[in-house]
Amino acid sequence: MKMGQSFRLAIKSLMTSKVRALLTMLGIIIGVGAVIVIVSLGNGMQQYMNNQFEQIGVNMIQVGIYSYGGNRQVTPDDFYTLADKYPQYIDSVSPYLSATTIVRQGAQEYERTKVYGVSETMYNSEKGQTATGDKLEEGRFLSYVDVERNQNVCVIGSYLNEDMFGGQGLGQTLTVGGVPYTVIGTLAQKADSTEGSGDDQIYLPYELVEQLNAAAGGMGMNSYLVTSTSKETSSAAKGVIENMLFRIYGDSSSYLVMTSAEMMEMMDSMLGVLMTILVVIAAISLVVGGIGIMNIMLVSVTERTREIGIRKSLGAKGRDIRSQFIIEAGTTSAIGGVIGILFGILLANVFTAVVSVVMADAQGFAAIPNLSGILVSFGVSVGIGVLFGYLPANKAAKLNPIDALRYD
Amino acid sequence: MEHLIELKDVYKIYQMGEETVHALDGISLTVDQGEFVAIVGQSGSGKSTAMNIIGCLDVPTSGTYHLGGVDVSTMDDDQQAEIRNKMLGFIFQQYNLIPKLNVLENVELPLLYAGVSSGERRERAIQALERVGLAEKRKNLPSQLSGGQQQRVSIARALAGNPSVILADEPTGALDSRTGREVLSFLQKLNAEGDTVVLITHDNSIAVKAKRIVRLQDGRIIYDGDAHDPRAVVQPDVEESREAREVLNL
Ligand SMILES: Nc1ncnc2c1ncn2[C@@H]1O[C@H](COP(=O)(O)OP(=O)(O)O)[C@@H](O)[C@H]1O
Ligand SMILES: [Mg+2]
Repeated sequence: MKMGQSFRLAIKSLMTSKVRALLTMLGIIIGVGAVIVIVSLGNGMQQYMNNQFEQIGVNMIQVGIYSYGGNRQVTPDDFYTLADKYPQYIDSVSPYLSATTIVRQGAQEYERTKVYGVSETMYNSEKGQTATGDKLEEGRFLSYVDVERNQNVCVIGSYLNEDMFGGQGLGQTLTVGGVPYTVIGTLAQKADSTEGSGDDQIYLPYELVEQLNAAAGGMGMNSYLVTSTSKETSSAAKGVIENMLFRIYGDSSSYLVMTSAEMMEMMDSMLGVLMTILVVIAAISLVVGGIGIMNIMLVSVTERTREIGIRKSLGAKGRDIRSQFIIEAGTTSAIGGVIGILFGILLANVFTAVVSVVMADAQGFAAIPNLSGILVSFGVSVGIGVLFGYLPANKAAKLNPIDALRYD
Repeated sequence: MEHLIELKDVYKIYQMGEETVHALDGISLTVDQGEFVAIVGQSGSGKSTAMNIIGCLDVPTSGTYHLGGVDVSTMDDDQQAEIRNKMLGFIFQQYNLIPKLNVLENVELPLLYAGVSSGERRERAIQALERVGLAEKRKNLPSQLSGGQQQRVSIARALAGNPSVILADEPTGALDSRTGREVLSFLQKLNAEGDTVVLITHDNSIAVKAKRIVRLQDGRIIYDGDAHDPRAVVQPDVEESREAREVLNL
């Protein structure tokens, strides 16, 4: 009844002065729009990260060794022994070194290519993929003999296969750090087969990479890639690895063992911090929007002093007037909120489109607004209107009818 | 029998710095059901103050005011609002219609605050508009009507809540003399149909349309009686008295 009229009045006064209404709602529109975009981006990034981890596997454990001096270093054999001892926890173990060096084929240079030094255990023939999820297209993966004898053979990603050899890379030759390698296997496409993507990579026997790094003057980080038997056993696997490393180094700062879950958590918490900062900024904009509404409502109360007096003379109580103005403020900010939500969804879609064009690496990234985010921002915008509408509404409710009637 | 309006020894005193202004200086007045009373007096005599108190928009500094047998002189704002809603219908000089609402919505307002359901509200508002002959204008905005029509809408609004007293504050002040006369004869018609009307004016020629005149001067009643008694319009202001005598054909 009274609500209905207040609501219609609010819509009417918004319609009669559209520019003013827009300016009033601007803060709310921007704030809500920003919240929607941020939440969408957050969702998108989360989703994207989850997919990435899904691809490389949730049972991966990365081991980094930081100690180079000392009387004893951990060796791949230590890891193989450990894997034999704990088959219930550890599925596979491989050295996992990366080299910073230039790859050449003929006159072509490939500066962004990632070169990994691994052992034959990197590849699980039962699953038909490496620990990081690479599948073979043609040929074979590195064998025990290749690794043991440091044969100059390599397995290359689909980008290199396409770009260097037009897809006919098997048996061809390329150079890494000036040394020629024969391609014994090519990998199936896993990203978008462009430069710098996950398809721009080479696997070599790990000792050759070690030598490359030593020749380049860097020590190169000694690291391993372990896979646990399942997601659930990864922390147990991490435990036995840490035990072994502590026995060797006697110092827990010499190594770092991190499971996929931990990496994901770390990324999540970084993302969380980023999101919090952005949401705080959006919240400030919402508060500014609320103050804008309060300001306009105060003006509106003054302009409509006589109307308030008339309503009171006809029997409106303080609470009738108060709720009228609060409903008006709430309606204004709710409409602002709806516009902001639409605006935010639009921006999120634009963002998704731009990302897929600009960052080829981020295939499958989509900024998706979720329903709860939309509902919450709508609720917040109505809440802000009510909150910041209260002060002007209260001022209106307290007006003396005699003075209000005389006002012009 | 109980009086509809009963003011007893009512004072309204304003403190203006050092000075105290006795806007009402001990007024006692009764009005019964079915009367048509004009409260008349020069500017500053206390008419508006009296009207605010009778209209439950203000409370006296001292003295009591009973409306329909209920003591309203000590009520708080919300209680007063309820009394205004139930018992009083206001007609203002400036019509005081809400410009953004159409004629029907304006007339529905007192019923809205009385909590009347929307169907009944509409029905009663249309009835009130029919009484002032403007039912067909119900979808119009006030600005689309003439001054006289707007004042009739405000009369319909005053009637819609079915009040015990109609309080008209200088209802012809903003109208030309012909439409002013129309509005006055309309008030007379309402009175003839049984409504109690209290009319506030500074103009003797309007006051004499009432049945009874209460004359104020400096916050006191200096005359209270038949509107056609020559003493009703006699006052120190020579010019105005002469005018009034002419109107009365004395
Ligand atoms: N709010 C107020 N504050 C101070 N003085 C007032 C106030 N209202 C009225 N008065 C004084 O009370 C007296 C009567 O005023 P009012 O009732 O408005 O007279 P009228 O309506 O007959 O012109 C005047 O002297 C006026 O100045
Ligand atoms: Mg006055």
